[in-house]
Parts: sequence; C-alpha cells; structure tokens
Amino acid sequence: MSTARILTMAQAISEGIAQEMTRDANVFVMGEDIGSYGGIFGATGGLLDKFGKDRIMDTPISETAFIGAATGAAAAGLRPIVELMFVDFFGVCMDQIYNHLAKNTYMSGGHVKLPVVLTTAIGGGYSDAAQHSQCLYGTFAHMPGIKVVVPSNAYDAKGLMISAIREDNPVMFMYHKGIMGLPWMAYLEGSSNGVPEEAYAIPFGKAKILQEGSDITIVSISQMVQKAVLAARELATQSIHAEVIDLRTLVPLDTETVLKSVRKTGRLLVVDEDYLGFGLSGEIAALIAENLDTVELHAPVMRLAVPNVPIPYSRPLEQFVIPQVANIVQAVQAAMLKKTAAAAHA
Amino acid sequence: MQAGKEKLLWMYQKMVEIRFYEETMAAVYMEGKLPPNIQKGLAFDIGSGPVPGEMHLAAGQEPVAVGICAHLTQDDTVVGTHRPHHFAIAKGVPLDPMTAEMFGKVTGLGKGKGGHMHLFDNAHKFSCSGIVGASMPIACGAALAAKKMGSNWVAVAFFGEGAANQGSFHESMNLAAIWKLPVIFVCEDNQWAISVPKNKATSVEWVADRAAGYGMPGIRVANNDALAVFEAAAPAIARARRGEGPSLIEVKTDRYFGHFQGDPETYRPKGEVSSLKARDPIPALARLLKEKNLMSAPEESEMVRRAHAAVNQAFAFARDSAYPTAQDALADVFVSNGSHTRSLV
Repeated sequence: MSTARILTMAQAISEGIAQEMTRDANVFVMGEDIGSYGGIFGATGGLLDKFGKDRIMDTPISETAFIGAATGAAAAGLRPIVELMFVDFFGVCMDQIYNHLAKNTYMSGGHVKLPVVLTTAIGGGYSDAAQHSQCLYGTFAHMPGIKVVVPSNAYDAKGLMISAIREDNPVMFMYHKGIMGLPWMAYLEGSSNGVPEEAYAIPFGKAKILQEGSDITIVSISQMVQKAVLAARELATQSIHAEVIDLRTLVPLDTETVLKSVRKTGRLLVVDEDYLGFGLSGEIAALIAENLDTVELHAPVMRLAVPNVPIPYSRPLEQFVIPQVANIVQAVQAAMLKKTAAAAHA
Repeated sequence: MQAGKEKLLWMYQKMVEIRFYEETMAAVYMEGKLPPNIQKGLAFDIGSGPVPGEMHLAAGQEPVAVGICAHLTQDDTVVGTHRPHHFAIAKGVPLDPMTAEMFGKVTGLGKGKGGHMHLFDNAHKFSCSGIVGASMPIACGAALAAKKMGSNWVAVAFFGEGAANQGSFHESMNLAAIWKLPVIFVCEDNQWAISVPKNKATSVEWVADRAAGYGMPGIRVANNDALAVFEAAAPAIARARRGEGPSLIEVKTDRYFGHFQGDPETYRPKGEVSSLKARDPIPALARLLKEKNLMSAPEESEMVRRAHAAVNQAFAFARDSAYPTAQDALADVFVSNGSHTRSLV
C-alpha cells in the first residue's frame, strides 16, 4: 500500500537513486561533494551511509576526467550517475559530454549503449550571478544524443529519476536549486509534495497538465511551472482560466499535449527561465507555427524568458531578467487583449 | 619480460599488416580526389572519392601499437586516437567492417556513421575519438568498470605527445592515480602535433617525466622498436593487473605520412621522412627474427602474403558493400531500452 509523505525535491531524488541502487548493483554515483556532503544541493543526501564509498564516490575537481570515465564505465556495462555540480560548469568538460557521451552511440551505429545519468543544478534567483545561475537546458536539448529531464516537483523528480537510471541512453537530469527544498535557500513550496515510498517510474515525453483552463495555455518547465501555477491562481480570481502544462522532459518533447491544449485555448504563453534566443520558447512557438493548419490562434504567441544577457548579480537586476509571477500575470492579461490579424479581421 | 617466439612473430605479422593497410589506404584514398575528376581550379578535393573526409595514417608508428597490444587479451580495453588504424588492427578489430566503415558502407562497424576517426568494436573492446586527449577519461572509466567487476582487465589510453598538453591528460592521470585504476597511459611521441614540433609546445623533453607529478611510474622508450616497447610495457601492465594502479609510457616514434593525407607538409624539414625510413622498425624486426633463427625466408614470405591477402580482402569487401539508405541517418541517436547489462551480482 502506498504511503505518500511530503518530501522536498532533494529528498525525493536521493530516495529514487537509493531504491535503484538497491535494485541494481551496476548503479553507482560519482561527483564532487556527493559523498559525506550529500551533494551541494542535497541530491545524494544519505547515500554514502547506505552504500559506502565504493558506490558513492567523491571525485577530484576534474569534470572532464570523471564525466569521461562515466562514459567509459557505461560502455563497459555499468550504469553511472555522475554529477556536474552546476550546469554552468559544462564549459570545462563539454567535449566529453557532447562529443563523446552524446555521440558515441550514433557513431557506433547504435552498438555502444551509454546508460549514464548526468545530474546537474540549474537556475538563479538567489544572486549567484552569471556563472552559477543559468538553466541551459535548451543548450543540451539542442544537441542530439542526450535526453533532457527537468522536474518541477518532488513527485515527478523521483519517478523521472528512476526512469533516468533505467534508461539505456544518456540522460541529463537538471534540478532547479530554487525548488529543491533546501534549508538554506528560499524555495517555491509547491515543489515539495506527496511522494509514495515505493519505487515508481514516470515515462519520458509525457507532459503534465497541472491545471486545466480554457482561455490560454501556459507552457513551462522546472521552477517556472511553480510560478505559472501561482500566476494561474491569481488569474482565476480575474476570471481568466489558464491551462498550465509542465513539459517535464525536453528530449523527448510531448508536442501532442501542447498542440491539443492550444487547439482548445487558442492562446499560448511560454514561460522559460532559459535565455530567450534560440531556445525552448522559440521551439514551442515554432511548433505552433508549423501546425497552424490545425491550430486556430486568437492571439499571437507570447514568450517570457531571460532576455539575452548574462544573469546579473544585483537583486533588482536579476529579478528583472528572470520572469516572476507578476510578469506571468501581466503577460496573460496582455495576451487576452491581443488578437491575431485573422481574428481582428473576422 | 622477454618476448617469446610466438609474440615476436605476432608483432611482426601485425606490423606488416598495419603497414600494408596504411599504404593501401593511402593509394585508395586518392581515388577520385585529383583533377580532372574534381571541381576545376582545385588540386585536391577532400570530400570526393570512395573514402572521403580526413585520413590520418600511422605508417611508421606500428611498434607502439603492437608492443603494447601483444600483452592484451580481448577483455582488455583499448581507446585510440584520431590516427587509430594501427591500434585497431593490433587489438584484433576485424579488417572487413573496419574498412567498410571508412568507405561509409552499411556493413561498417558503425554502419557508416562514424568513419575512420570513430571506430567502435564492443567485441574487441576498442574505441577511438577524433578529439585530441579524449582517450584518457574514457579509458579511466573502462578501468573503473574492470575494477568494480573484480576482474584483472586493464585499459590502455593511447594519445599523441600533443595531447599531453590537454587538461584531460592531467585530470585523468590524477584520477587514475588516486583511484589506483588499472590504466596504462601510452604516449606515442611522433614529434609533430600537426605542424608544431614537440620542442615548441611541450615544457619537458619527455612526457613520461610528468608521471612523477602524479605519483606513478613513468617509462621512457627511446627507440621506435616493437621489442623495446613490449619489454617496457610488461611491468606497467603487470602492475595494473595486480591492482597497483596506472603507469605512463612514452614511446618515441616516427610519422611517415603527413598529419592527414593531402597535408602539404611545408613545415617539415626536407629529407626528414627519408631519414626516418632508414630506421624502419619492420625490416629491423625481420632482421632480428632471422638472426635468432625464429623466421625463415619462406616463413617471412608467407606472413607477408597472409597480411596482404587480409588487407586486400577487406578493401574488396568494403568496395562491394552497399551504402546505407539515406533514411538510416535518422536512426541510432538512441538505443531502444531494455537490452542487457552486465551484472555485478
């Protein structure tokens, strides 16, 4: 019988890893400060005590070496989970990620299987400035060969982590610091929710409709989902009914759920904490543009994302560039007043 | 460790095979790349012919490959470089699918998706990479897996002297040392990082000396000689198999061809290659084998004939194979889930 407790996302991730490590002796974890510290953002809390240092391996600060080693160990039959402490640090090891982990399966004609979970912390909102605050899931989703998982809450995080570990392909598992439920960083409380004790897997490529609505579709991912839910609540008091979709994974992308919703609402706002240019928000907008033969828009597609500047340090600057609940509310209100050219002439 | 007759003959046979493979490839590679078969005004077209793209050949560098691989079994892992044919052949990668891969054929190791710098053969635990310095982290992972599986398998990372200035070299050496991974780092020093000579790019004369900075043995092999490599590698491989950790071996070797085929080599002193060829390691080993009465002239002819036949057969197989269908380009980005994994328990 399932017993759901309220867990933080960090607790849920570490519980999912622990259950898979118990089930499968091939699973092990490597990374910086993932042992006695339990991961800087708590994703591996308690694992060292349960599994010991041979399976929970603190590494030197050598991301190229240990992420490359994960690829080598996976090719040899193991299932490594490897942590890149902040996604922003990909610059020191990107060759091993995108030229090897992401491509060796393809270049081998599908003969090399690389079941690696690459966990990493994303997101800003706490004045950590340009080198420790990015999301960058669009960067990794852009390049073929890695599945990209970005949970918004504890329940999803556990089920998606279990799927990630069981997946036979490289998975980037990106958790936003501002929803991990850390005791030392303010977080959006909607991210801590009921998590069953037993193991369960959430399939990739299935978006979740968090709230149904008929006026506008809000598509989002990660921490922005929690902000979108708060915005939708406020909009409901103004009799604007937003449908909130959490994509949950970018690769694979659940295009059907998005299309179905926009066909119903006729309006779309994409809310994204990644950069505006060439990213998630543009991808979703293009999806709608390519399907205008079956989608009738009442208003132009709108996008809220980080303008193309590095994340600034100072609080008012950072809060300006990262979309906030109030910005979402305002964007929806604006969308409700806008009309496509076709709708205006109708 | 002295090489017995069997190992010596094996090394000779493989070196002959590698050399003939590279010389055959050098000739085949030029097919369709020269006037009048290419765009007017060009002297050479890299993208034309049956084997398009870059081509890095290893003639002259045979000793490092055979001297190391003579110690290995099929369970040991080898990760090679962008110049990978000699390593692949010495590790036992079958010539037919390897050659078909370079022809871009569906019968290739990677169904034509990798090409000559990206050869993957799970059965012989061989892979390589087109990125300088990338072999070392991957080999560390194979070694970590071997250790976790409780085996005495080792992993070899081959790399050029130019790669010894990459961060991946330093990170991997340190990681392997602290975790006592069964890795042998093998630097093949052919003196040239494309056009930049080692003495302008590397702070020490011997890359092997850098081993001291990571608390592991550093072994120098001064001559481009298969037997010397074999003997120098023996303690390093034995140490790794005993679980005592990694070693670094550096072998001075000679690159007979350019960095890639079509390289004008304007940077290379005139006459360098012919002086290098004067100390060709293949006839040198043949002389040694004959002096020791380990190989007769008819036996030598037979070994050469077999090597040539295997290479010719591989090129014929590659030519005769079909190209993939265009839509195959969309497959194999991911594997389908649910295939086996090796169990530790």
